[in-house]
Amino acid sequence: MLEIRNLHVSYGGIAALHGISLEVPAGSIVTLIGGNGAGKSSTLRAISGIAKVSSGSIVFEGRDITNKPAHEIVALGIAQAPEGRMVFSNLTVLENLHMGAHLRRDRNAISSDLERIFTLFPRLKERLPQAAGTLSGGEQQMLAIARALMSKPKCLLLDEPSLGIAPILVQTIFSRIVEINRELGYTILLVEQNANLALRIASHGYVLETGRVVLNDTAENLRSNPTVRSAYLGEGASDTA
Amino acid sequence: MDWGNLTQQLINGLSLGAIYALIALGYTMVYGVLRFINFAHGDVFMIGAFAGLYVHRWLKPFFHGMPEFVSACVVLLLSMCVCAALGILIEKLAYKPLRQRSRLTALITAIGVSLLLSYGAQLLFGAAPKGFPQLIKNETHDLPGAVSITTEQIVVLVATLLLLVSLRFIVQKTRMGLAMRALSNNPTAASLMGVNTDAVISFTFGLGSALAAAAGIFFAMLYQAIDPFMGILPGIKAFVAAVLGGIGNIAGAALGGLLIGLMETLVVGYSKNIGIPPGFRDAVAFVILILILMFKPAGLLGKSEREKV
Ligand SMILES: Nc1ncnc2c1ncn2[C@@H]1O[C@H](COP(=O)(O)OP(=O)(O)OP(=O)(O)O)[C@@H](O)[C@H]1O
Ligand SMILES: [Mg+2]
Repeated sequence: MLEIRNLHVSYGGIAALHGISLEVPAGSIVTLIGGNGAGKSSTLRAISGIAKVSSGSIVFEGRDITNKPAHEIVALGIAQAPEGRMVFSNLTVLENLHMGAHLRRDRNAISSDLERIFTLFPRLKERLPQAAGTLSGGEQQMLAIARALMSKPKCLLLDEPSLGIAPILVQTIFSRIVEINRELGYTILLVEQNANLALRIASHGYVLETGRVVLNDTAENLRSNPTVRSAYLGEGASDTA
Repeated sequence: MDWGNLTQQLINGLSLGAIYALIALGYTMVYGVLRFINFAHGDVFMIGAFAGLYVHRWLKPFFHGMPEFVSACVVLLLSMCVCAALGILIEKLAYKPLRQRSRLTALITAIGVSLLLSYGAQLLFGAAPKGFPQLIKNETHDLPGAVSITTEQIVVLVATLLLLVSLRFIVQKTRMGLAMRALSNNPTAASLMGVNTDAVISFTFGLGSALAAAAGIFFAMLYQAIDPFMGILPGIKAFVAAVLGGIGNIAGAALGGLLIGLMETLVVGYSKNIGIPPGFRDAVAFVILILILMFKPAGLLGKSEREKV
């Protein structure tokens, strides 16, 4: 569904991505893991059209979307819940959700989709008239995901949904992500530093280091890979023996 | 205390304040979406007044037999359209190519556009003040207590109120208004929602410029003369009004405009009592600006700065 070939991105002459390639098959959850500054967010930003691609290509459903304006990429069916959530803090929760549906004209379907979102994240329903900036971090993350879903994307990009959130809420959010994939049928590209969680729900994973893909395998194989275990799963080398 | 005189001053002050409020809205909305002060905005206000003059002159044959109220509305709406188009054009030609550059570049460009508009208008229309036609027969209505209000003041106050209510509807209830607020809150997130940033910015310039045109016509109605440099002082005062209300805050701009108009009028009206010569009326806004910057830089309704890069 989504294919990235030899992608290069740089900021003011400094390269952040040195030619990464990856593939997200329709219906799957693929995860991109790696440490700080590895280039995970840059990859998602390039896909969404908010970081400039210097070379390489991004192909979505057979169509080249490299360096297309961000709003056209949303229209084609790629939505992102960005790193740090980026909810519209001055807008109400309901207005945030309506912003997610900005490009849609089907009013009736929008209200039934809102209901579906509320069964997924009942907490949001209780907070509809509240300014989004007053939500807790976990609630804001739920809102960011829900808002992205409101555009009815074919492919959902999630950038570190566990970042800075209480462990109990992280569990909830990850089980919702699984539900969004398995039951609602969305294709998901999940960026995480929490490799443990991500590899448990993904079918395939890519490991990024300083702008390069250093490993690429099924999630199951990555979970048992000694390098991954010691570097990303927080286990000492002795555990892998 | 002479309550009659005070009421009279309040009526005069609100009429002037309504005009500042309409101009201030354009500054604040553009600041909201671009974090940029469009210093050419006062000149759009001036062009609005000239548009009113010429639309009225050219359409006069068609106005024959039409109720004054209808022809005045036609003049107002057409002039608002002219300025909306002008505002959109200015943004496209002058500001958009510089959007990635520093804010200083944009600011200097805005000053250039401002000079271009006022000297361009001087070239086209001449430097001498021109009389503005009476769009609506002006009568003075006596109110109790030696207070009076003119038809023009009533028109300005009612029309401003209608414009503010319409603006509130657009900003709060429409898809475009929501996108404007979202863009102002977080531009990156707005792009990720599929907002066409360029379209929203154009819309904002159009909307603000249309309001400035209305202000230009109201100003011309009250003062009956217009000239190519008439936009400078009201433009600056409206900018102060926007800062007073909290730049970027729409309700704040309206409130700030009314307050500046009121204070200016009161200083003139009570100059003897408070010992400030009436000639200092134009200094009022600047004194207020200095006081806000010293004591409440975020403005009356503004939140403390949450600047987005
Ligand atoms: N706007 C920017 N300007 C300059 N450099 C940037 C910018 N954004 C990212 N970088 C640089 O690009 C590299 C990759 O950053 P990126 O945000 O993609 O990493 P990441 O894998 O998402 O990291 P994290 O897990 O900390 O979010 C880093 O070296 C970072 O400093
Ligand atoms: Mg990141």
